[in-house]
Amino acid sequence: MKNLKILPLEYGSGFPTLLRKEVKRFYKVAFQTVAAPVLTAILYLMIFGHVLEGKEVYGRISYTAFLIPGLVMMSVLQNAFANTSSSLIQSKITGNLVFVLLAPLSHLEFYGAYVLAAVFRGVVVGLGVFLVTAWYALPALEYPLWIVTFVFLGAAILGSLGLIAGIWADKYDQLAAFQNFFIMPATMLSGVFYSIHSLPPTWQAVSHFNPFFYMIDGFRYGFFGVSDISPWNSLAIVACFLILVSAIALRLLQKGYKLRH
Amino acid sequence: MHAAISIQNISKRYGALQALDNVSLAIKPGEFFGLLGPNGAGKTTLISILAGLVCADQGQAAIMGANVQSDFRQARRMLGVVPQELVFDPFFTVRETLQFQSGYFGIKNNDAWIDEVIANLDLTSKADSNMRSLSGGMKRRVLVAQALVHRPPVIILDEPTAGVDVELRQSLWQFISRLNQDGHTIVLTTHYLEEAEALCQRIAMLKQGKIVALDTTANLLSQYGSAKKDGEGKTDLEDVFVNIMSGNAV
Repeated sequence: MKNLKILPLEYGSGFPTLLRKEVKRFYKVAFQTVAAPVLTAILYLMIFGHVLEGKEVYGRISYTAFLIPGLVMMSVLQNAFANTSSSLIQSKITGNLVFVLLAPLSHLEFYGAYVLAAVFRGVVVGLGVFLVTAWYALPALEYPLWIVTFVFLGAAILGSLGLIAGIWADKYDQLAAFQNFFIMPATMLSGVFYSIHSLPPTWQAVSHFNPFFYMIDGFRYGFFGVSDISPWNSLAIVACFLILVSAIALRLLQKGYKLRH
Repeated sequence: MHAAISIQNISKRYGALQALDNVSLAIKPGEFFGLLGPNGAGKTTLISILAGLVCADQGQAAIMGANVQSDFRQARRMLGVVPQELVFDPFFTVRETLQFQSGYFGIKNNDAWIDEVIANLDLTSKADSNMRSLSGGMKRRVLVAQALVHRPPVIILDEPTAGVDVELRQSLWQFISRLNQDGHTIVLTTHYLEEAEALCQRIAMLKQGKIVALDTTANLLSQYGSAKKDGEGKTDLEDVFVNIMSGNAV
């Protein structure tokens, strides 16, 4: 048996490893976590693009081209949420979260690693959806910086929401309820498939209370240089929403809510 | 010199259940210490408080002088915990599991030590196997390896031999004894009292969240062994445990 004596060590942050582990976790099942959502987005494009062929939005943009940024952003948001929420609930239920909780990681490191991994998965899936769907109708890329900004903010918001849901949920069906009764409707009714100007005034007003609308509208502005509301307004609202959900997630982690009893 | 583990007036309540009631305890560096008690006595709660998994309602706990709440980073670096349940991450191999665990502690270039731990726990042939494919005994060894990967001076083993075959139990105890000889403080909970008697220099017994006995193993045997009434055979820790728990101790 070799030397097992206690040796002095130099310690750094555990954040890079937790980030790498979270990325590797979804990479190991990439067929489910990346390929499947890309296929779903293609099916949406084929069905809606075919049914609404010839229709134009904003007076000059083909419906298929209009739909692509919406599908990309929807995939980014849903997969960012899925990454944090599924990782956390699995670790909680199988019990292996204890290995992270035993480590000297602060709540900021925990939050940063989980949310950045969610952003990364969202970007990978979004890029996959864009590359495949652009083959049908390549949308313009008027303002790439807006595109990048809204992708990052949107994915970070949904990653944070996934973290909150994963912390709160004790069972898979609670998480599914959060996803099916909050995330999914908010995403679907955010203007992925339509401009809110095509809605009756009441529903237009209702849409303005949906933070997902601003993520998708701002993101779409980056492609076409036109949107339902000013991208600056969308940026301000999305940034405030990110601060709010991040603060909630960080507070839950700091208190150890449902994690440290 | 700091105590390896210092527990002062720790209490913890879960609803109506008083899991720990004003528990105080100090474990010296290099000790092999046994924490015994029936199911529900509060052993795992106490360990969880030391590990930062549970917050005490009152009292203080420190590992090598580092408070487990206010100086949690240092306290956790000083502590390795082998949990009671056979938990594992099904996505990764044994080596990946240990590399990640090492990385969570912010330790870089730790592969040589990881290889050493793998070799010492006879896991070399399984190092690149997925955790799902391992037997229960092998998974238990990986749990021990995970607790050692950051070279902590204090190691807590929460019923490490529960459901483990005789051969693995013996090899595990040889390994743990070696760690203790090399300077690691070991805290052990087990229901196998013969193991505690053979290994532990000092023992604390918990009952309904309170320490009801705390002494060296030899003193406990001599002090409470006389309560054995039939007068036949050598008193062992099981007799002592039964006497203390049933309140028959003299």
